[in-house]
Amino acid sequence: MPVLEDVNGVREWRRRTTGQSLIRWFGWLIGVAVFVVCWQRISDSTTWFFVWDAPRIAEDIWTRATPPRWEYITQLGRPIWDTFNIATLGTIIALFLAVPVAFLAARNTTPSALFVRPVALLIIVATRSINSLIWALLLIAIIGPGVFAGVVAIAIRSIGFCAKLLYEAIEEIDAAQVEAITATGASRWQVMAYGIVPQIMPAFAGIAVFRWDINIRESTVLGLVGAGGIGLQLSASLNVLAWPQVSLILIVILVAVVLGEWVSAKVRGAII
Amino acid sequence: MLRLNKLVKTYKTGDQALKSIDLEVPKGQVLALIGPSGAGKSTLIRCINRLVEPTGGSILLDDVDLSKLGSGALRKARREMGMIFQEYALVERLTVMENVLSGRLGYVGFWRSFLRKYPQPDVDEAFRLLDRVGLLHMADKRADELSGGQRQRVGICRALIQNPKLLLVDEPTASLDPKTSRQIMRLITELCQERGLAAIINIHDVALAQMFVPRVVGLRFGEIVYDGLPTGLTSDKLTEIYGEEDWEATIAKVDEEDEIEAAE
Repeated sequence: MPVLEDVNGVREWRRRTTGQSLIRWFGWLIGVAVFVVCWQRISDSTTWFFVWDAPRIAEDIWTRATPPRWEYITQLGRPIWDTFNIATLGTIIALFLAVPVAFLAARNTTPSALFVRPVALLIIVATRSINSLIWALLLIAIIGPGVFAGVVAIAIRSIGFCAKLLYEAIEEIDAAQVEAITATGASRWQVMAYGIVPQIMPAFAGIAVFRWDINIRESTVLGLVGAGGIGLQLSASLNVLAWPQVSLILIVILVAVVLGEWVSAKVRGAII
Repeated sequence: MLRLNKLVKTYKTGDQALKSIDLEVPKGQVLALIGPSGAGKSTLIRCINRLVEPTGGSILLDDVDLSKLGSGALRKARREMGMIFQEYALVERLTVMENVLSGRLGYVGFWRSFLRKYPQPDVDEAFRLLDRVGLLHMADKRADELSGGQRQRVGICRALIQNPKLLLVDEPTASLDPKTSRQIMRLITELCQERGLAAIINIHDVALAQMFVPRVVGLRFGEIVYDGLPTGLTSDKLTEIYGEEDWEATIAKVDEEDEIEAAE
């Protein structure tokens, strides 16, 4: 923040010096130039015929897809039930695996910050960085197609997410409460049960419901690769261009997701 | 009963928090530890029950050297030392009763404590203590519903149910208003008398310390610079402990009372 003095001795204050202003203008200029060049390149490699055609095609699909084939709903009950089960079981398994990982990863509870903690962090990063669809593809190759592959895919994908949020909650606990329990002569496990667990319970419950909510959404698409649930029907209907069925499936998925979100919002509201 | 020999604590950063402390506390004596922030009061107290690991020297509690104990023996030794904290350090989301009973954790196995199946004598004692501090009706409330003074009373119960020989008290009144502070100090000193407990009370309210304890130890830069009666704390002594300041207002009360008594 330069203070300049002009010839009359009046002190002037400006936000930036002239040099700083020029540099900023130059920066903006380069930004705009890059944007224009990129636009050009994308435009060149786009087949514009398809883009201009898009509204007509969309309208065509819309007329084919409406009205939805309502009687198809009788065949969707089972798949949507599978989808819910994949999400719920996957979340439960993930939580069981995430809790120990979180305790090993949190700086204040890890047995060894040098050896154990990096391993725990690696598990978190590795499971989190790969999408559940890709986990499902891998698992279908290993254990064959079906609901079980979906459950395991969701579980693995969720470990990292749950463990990360949980270990951050563990690191933020009030150390004084832990100290007080330690000072009574409590054992390591008692300190955990009395000093740490009560403090992270609200976070734990919140994370569990939040992840379950996300998993309902993720499990609806797992069937696209053959891992069970309503996605199987979606993929089958898409393959035979049965648009009225597709639109009904999309409606069912929408309802399921809204339901999941409503339950999770209610539960989280009750906890916090 | 408690003897510190050449107790040294040097933190990893190189700060010498305690420089060769020698201190003896006989059975049943309550002493106040005063000194400026950073003088090492908290460190000293935490070295005794090894929440902070001392760097050197020995801590003898009834001729057992606490500084050399393994983790199992240390847990047993910690049961003999009740601790009371500045911000109460209650487990906020547990009930008052659970907080009091957590003082028995050193005596009860994991599953019994996890399932809250404490032995009946422990439960009886918990009720007795809560009644003694006037919080019997709060037994089922969650700790975070209580006021500051009430929480500190629960903290006192948690320390006493350990059936300790020694109380380590870290700034018990720093978060309380003046009236509650006095009530808490009175309660602590009374309970120590009733049970013949020794106590080390960290406190930075000099006037409050003078009001309630028979012995004051002054700590400065990790060294003991005063050890004696509360009445011996003159302006000069306080300057030595805390540094240059006008102390007349702090110690005036004691002097005035003396003068009035003398005049009568």
